[in-house]
Amino acid sequence: MSSKPVQTLRRVVIRFAGDSGDGMQLTGDRFTSDTARLGNDLSTLPNFPAEIRAPQGTLPGVSSFQLHFADHDVLTPGDAPDVLVAMNPAALRANLADLPRGATIIANSDEFTTRNLAKVGYQTNPLEDGSLDSWQVHPVALTSITVEALATTSALTRKEKERAKNMFALGLLSWMYSRPIEPTEAFLAGKFTSKPEVLAANVAALRAGWNFGETTEEFASTYAVSPAPMAAGTYRNVTGNTALALGLVAAAHRSGLPLVLGSYPITPASDILHTLSGLKRFGVTTLQAEDEIAAVGMALGASFGGALGVTSTSGPGLALKAETIGLAVSLELPLVVIDVQRGGPSTGLPTKTEQADLLQALHGRNGESPVAVIAPQTPADCFDAALDAVRIATTYRTPVLVLSDGYLANGSEPWSVPAIADLPELTVEFTTEPNAVTPDGSPTFHPYARDPLTLARPWALPGTPGLEHRIGGIEKADLTGDISYDPANHDRMVRLRQAKIDGITVPDIVVDDPSGSAKVLLLGWGSTYGPIAAAVRAVRAAGHHVARAHLRHLAPLPANLGGVLTAYERVVLPEMNLGQLALLLRARYLVDVRSHTAVRGVPFATTELGEVILTHLSEVSA
Amino acid sequence: MSIDLGLPQRPLTKKDFTSDQEVRWCPGCGDYVILAAVQAFLPELGVPREQVVFVSGIGCSSRFPYYVETYGMHSIHGRAPAIATGLATSRPDLQVYVVTGDGDALSIGGNHLIHAIRRNVNLTILLFNNQIYGLTKGQYSPTSRVGQVTKSTPLGSVDTPFNPLSLALGAEATFVARVMESDRPLLMDVLRAAHEHQGTALIEIYQNCPIFNDGAFDLIKDRSQQQARLVRLQAGEEVVVGAEGERKVLVRKAHGGVEFVDEAAVDRSAAPGAPGSVVVHDPTNPDPSDAFAISRLDGPEMAHVPVGIFRRVSRPTYDDQVREQVASALHAAGGASGDAELDQLLRGPDTWTVP
Ligand code: SF4
Repeated sequence: MSSKPVQTLRRVVIRFAGDSGDGMQLTGDRFTSDTARLGNDLSTLPNFPAEIRAPQGTLPGVSSFQLHFADHDVLTPGDAPDVLVAMNPAALRANLADLPRGATIIANSDEFTTRNLAKVGYQTNPLEDGSLDSWQVHPVALTSITVEALATTSALTRKEKERAKNMFALGLLSWMYSRPIEPTEAFLAGKFTSKPEVLAANVAALRAGWNFGETTEEFASTYAVSPAPMAAGTYRNVTGNTALALGLVAAAHRSGLPLVLGSYPITPASDILHTLSGLKRFGVTTLQAEDEIAAVGMALGASFGGALGVTSTSGPGLALKAETIGLAVSLELPLVVIDVQRGGPSTGLPTKTEQADLLQALHGRNGESPVAVIAPQTPADCFDAALDAVRIATTYRTPVLVLSDGYLANGSEPWSVPAIADLPELTVEFTTEPNAVTPDGSPTFHPYARDPLTLARPWALPGTPGLEHRIGGIEKADLTGDISYDPANHDRMVRLRQAKIDGITVPDIVVDDPSGSAKVLLLGWGSTYGPIAAAVRAVRAAGHHVARAHLRHLAPLPANLGGVLTAYERVVLPEMNLGQLALLLRARYLVDVRSHTAVRGVPFATTELGEVILTHLSEVSA
Repeated sequence: MSIDLGLPQRPLTKKDFTSDQEVRWCPGCGDYVILAAVQAFLPELGVPREQVVFVSGIGCSSRFPYYVETYGMHSIHGRAPAIATGLATSRPDLQVYVVTGDGDALSIGGNHLIHAIRRNVNLTILLFNNQIYGLTKGQYSPTSRVGQVTKSTPLGSVDTPFNPLSLALGAEATFVARVMESDRPLLMDVLRAAHEHQGTALIEIYQNCPIFNDGAFDLIKDRSQQQARLVRLQAGEEVVVGAEGERKVLVRKAHGGVEFVDEAAVDRSAAPGAPGSVVVHDPTNPDPSDAFAISRLDGPEMAHVPVGIFRRVSRPTYDDQVREQVASALHAAGGASGDAELDQLLRGPDTWTVP
């Protein structure tokens, strides 16, 4: 424990920023982990460039990690940092605009050299020229103190010692916010088992950072944030990509189907492939395909054989998979397609978030090609979304598209780990007996006979005697599945496929309208959940009435949605696209949905949405 | 009580592998001959019908699965090898066949073809090569000759064609063969060998399209020309072409490659492997150079067209190894995972408890 005075805070937003090679993501991850252990609620937002190592010290090379933690329920990674850790001038320059006046800046003064300053267009040193007078600036010679602290570690070069400076920064911040450093020491011990000198250096740097805070007069006090009240349970911190991978494994377990992932590396979805490729012990097969099309093809081939076929990708990959997803629609086989959306069009912004694949997911195929579409709303919710996707895919023998995004994928939050027995039952029954008779009375199999309740067709696996059949992308005759070009049959099949999707059981949308007297409804889908909920909370705290509802199922839409939309004088729909869902809802329900859109590659700021809500409230009451 | 599924009693016959679907190829299409040969071959395998799956792409040949009374999938253009890879990997008990054409396999699906081959997935790929697009009505394909006049090349094609077998060999193929559609005995032999092969077997079948590219293979079908052009590859034997008295023998060239020389001019004293030495066909040679050189004998002018098995080597298969990795992970962990293991996975290494 620190001997300096402790101030208690309710919430803190910290942003670690540095060069891509400075280890900011790791630093952020560790701080998050230690914060989670202390029982704070939290939400994180990594932000990194698409380039692995952009030129050192430049603005494009800046990588950052933001963490919001509090003694209460946290909904977003926070609009504006209270503390910025800037490892170099580029990190300062790239992030200063987000920093409210009065916020704390801890800057690595060693890196503020004439050369580095020039690289990012600083004529003079901002740490000295008074331009940062509105902030509380703490210049710390992070690099040289780290190297000094490692003076006795002679086995390492100066460069190698310098590399431990992120651990010094972590140690300092841990001291400042009363986080224990022992878990990070244990983590480092695991990471650097085979490199004892590197381990020693990192641990020494971490402790030096902590001690520096304790001894220097630069920092007068430390801060504490009490644990947040959370429902009883066992918690862990998860990112959306991890939660999705775990959800798929859990779904495979509950369904009794082997999980087969066909995937092609693509940012920001690759971590799903990485995670699942390490879970062979759970019977998981991962196939890294030659391209996006092969990836979904392999998944579909596996589904045909009775596995749980899954493919994971991002927007450009979804475009390539479109034809195969259309085939899956026609074959009526289960298939889970995960699209971790990123900025588009084309290559767009690979590492930034966006929700602009909604129309592609719903309609981006030739012909009438309906699929189910689900959007998780928080990183941890990706787990439930994966289970739900598998439920729908296997029950209705249909492709299901899961629309995650870059924010959910890399962002993290505490997750109350469910008990296995509480997970949904997903048992699948394959067809093993003939289901029809020929005109002459002998038993036969009709691959396109349907369950009257779900309209699902039988899933009869190759290897089942007596049920040999052929399926394909050509239009097939109802029931028999034989090739059919009959106009009436095609009309019937198109409508049947649509009716099957329309008939999928999805829960009603729940409206949060505590007073019951709100006139404005804030509607959202997917990852805007946090920012919208936080903005609504803030607006309500100021005494206003506003209702809120969030869509998880984009296809089919909940049955009560039309009623909900018409029950409010105004419906406001923030989206990280140019109004794709608004377009659909307007067309479908003839409701004048008001769109609020931004495509800046980052989640909405709570304050921004709060202002939007207030504007609409004043217009409606005027 | 057991239900009578109307299943045929063994042994199965060709009729058992004939579906009730009306075959819709053009009259005289070479596909009929191949279908009949395959249907006649399948009973020989002794494999129950339900364990055989035909996966195809798009094109005339890709209608094939509908006509065979097994499991089948008529998929989308070019993607059959990828879909079949997913199926074969998750279902080792199945015999998976891919039926494709020159446009399907070599143009739109070229990527999937070479990657299936390099991975060595347990698949038998029947590539019907008619050197034309049939189903889309007569455009030139990646195996059409330079100068070939088609609907989309009124002034003749300027594309250099693929030699499918050279391509396959370059893609690390373990089994490569070529057959004329009309050569039923050889087709049966090659299908048999492909069935026994572990990994991807690529069989190129020269198939005549009487509607859009009639007579493409007449030079090697025509009895009078055939002997001078058709090279029947036999393992362990010299590679020869031509009738008795006009026979040519394949020998090594001085600076790599092979060539046919008159039998009389062959230097039988040349050391094996030396320039001028006779090439003895060895499809099992790990070095694919000879197989590749033999594949290069074939050109658009069809001076010498080798048929038979070019290469047949053993290499671990993709699907076996993928399954092995999963199986050994399961084994190392003491068997399939139960609720307890899943629970541990979900918790991960870093949990905390809120009372
Ligand atoms: S177009 Fe040619 S290849 Fe196609 S079915 Fe007719 S004859 Fe056969």
